Amino acid sequence: MRFMMMVKTAEKSGPPPKELMEAMDKLAEESIKSGEMIESGGLGPTAGGSRVRLAGGKITVTDGPFTEAKEVFGGYAVFELKSKEEAIERTRRFMELHHKHWPGWEGETEIRQLFTAPQHAAKA
Amino acid sequence: MTPADTHRTIDAVWRIESPRIIAGIARIVRDIGVAEELAQDALVAALEQWPASGIPDNPGAWLTAAAKHRAIDHLRRNKLLERKHQELRYAHDDHQKAPDYDTAIDDEFGDDLLRLVFTACHPVLSSEARVALTLRLLGGLTTAEIARAYLVPEATVAQRIVRAKRTLSENQVPFEVPRGEELASRLSSVLEVIYLIFNEGYTATAGSDWTRPALCEDALRLGRILAELVPKDPEVHGIVALMEIQVSRSRARVSASGEPILILDQKRALWDQLLIRRGLAALERAEKLGGSPGPYALQAAIAACHARARVPEETDWERIAALYVELARLLPSPIVDLNRAVAVAMAFGPQAGLAIVDQIALEPSLQTYHLLPSVRGDLLLKLGRFAEAREQFERAASLTGNTRERQFLLERAEHARAASRSPNPGL
Repeated sequence: MRFMMMVKTAEKSGPPPKELMEAMDKLAEESIKSGEMIESGGLGPTAGGSRVRLAGGKITVTDGPFTEAKEVFGGYAVFELKSKEEAIERTRRFMELHHKHWPGWEGETEIRQLFTAPQHAAKA
Repeated sequence: MTPADTHRTIDAVWRIESPRIIAGIARIVRDIGVAEELAQDALVAALEQWPASGIPDNPGAWLTAAAKHRAIDHLRRNKLLERKHQELRYAHDDHQKAPDYDTAIDDEFGDDLLRLVFTACHPVLSSEARVALTLRLLGGLTTAEIARAYLVPEATVAQRIVRAKRTLSENQVPFEVPRGEELASRLSSVLEVIYLIFNEGYTATAGSDWTRPALCEDALRLGRILAELVPKDPEVHGIVALMEIQVSRSRARVSASGEPILILDQKRALWDQLLIRRGLAALERAEKLGGSPGPYALQAAIAACHARARVPEETDWERIAALYVELARLLPSPIVDLNRAVAVAMAFGPQAGLAIVDQIALEPSLQTYHLLPSVRGDLLLKLGRFAEAREQFERAASLTGNTRERQFLLERAEHARAASRSPNPGL
């Protein structure tokens, strides 16, 4: 099963402390070595982003920054795992590193399954 | 957290941590069967305690400590304590303190997990036993899961694993990474196990489903682990590249009703670009390591030719044909020649391909192989030799054991028959 984990936090949180970066590098390395993390990436500031919205039959483009959003996506990772529980466990470890190395930081990681198998195989 | 939630979390923690725990304990007790039992005991303790006490902050460390504790008790019971004293101290110290000869001598292989891989894939075991043991100890699969994947009773798998452990112990197979000349042959035995698991998932040998994707994922994960453990071996990256690219087509290679779709007819938009990118990167790693490519890297290079083509017409068939020549040199086989014939026909026309097929047509091992007449029929059809083509498709249909494939071949035979009657046979 493939999962995407997307981490959200307030954009004004600023750059993460060095200790956290080091701990996250180590965690990423472990997840690559265990053959489970197959992709990851960080997102740039919303100031450089845009939103393209279709509503009421009209497409509108809004440039960032998205100041009205309380929390915005900052990064993602893609894992191949046996179960959602493993995804939660992996994510819990990721969040614990934030707790340990970035006092006061708050945020949320959303876990979503990515469909990969053909439909008939997924049902089997 | 409800007890059921706790159990599911423990399952997840176990799957994440068990290979490393078993490998670490095996270094202490020098027996992977005993190591697994001790690790299982630690798991049982977790199942008993965690629902009441809550899940510890670092569940992996908890399980490791519990298993080590049991390993020490085990050694004490066996009065081996004196002899193992050194190793135990080493296991408890940080690795810096005591000189570790294994890692000192063989830096890149100084890893318990790698020892576990080589032991589980030891040639003293049958290939079925290697597969079961590898899935169980390294893949973290339960006996029931292995049984389900291989469509055999759970007792059969359990028995296979028990016997495998006994065989290792009776033959006093050392828990170590082979060195020197032995390393290459042992590594190819490991790759063979991974590829056996992969193929079992990719083309089900029994059952109605064309693919059993879970085994492919397990094999791919094992390959990715191995690629990090043995980063300097080009064939390890070759096998990973091959598997990544093959899996990238999972969604495209079977129709909604379960029929196989040939590569040139697949919807390429369904190919998984993430896996293709990973596959091409793994192939590049293999190629950068230099030397002449081995069989897995060559097959990966062939798969990559398809993966790089955005539309079928872009496929570099000349390169594929050349890669098959190299592959045939390493693994002389009429099946490789048959594939080469297909590539040559695509690159240089059906007549050139047919010449190769005719050369191997009398090969005894191919007499019951349905793809020989199937390919031959295809080339004859393209040459407008409809009556012969029909005969070949019918023969191919009579040889295949797969119902869906038989249906497909009979349709092609019918198509050839209709074409032979058409006033405009070239169209």
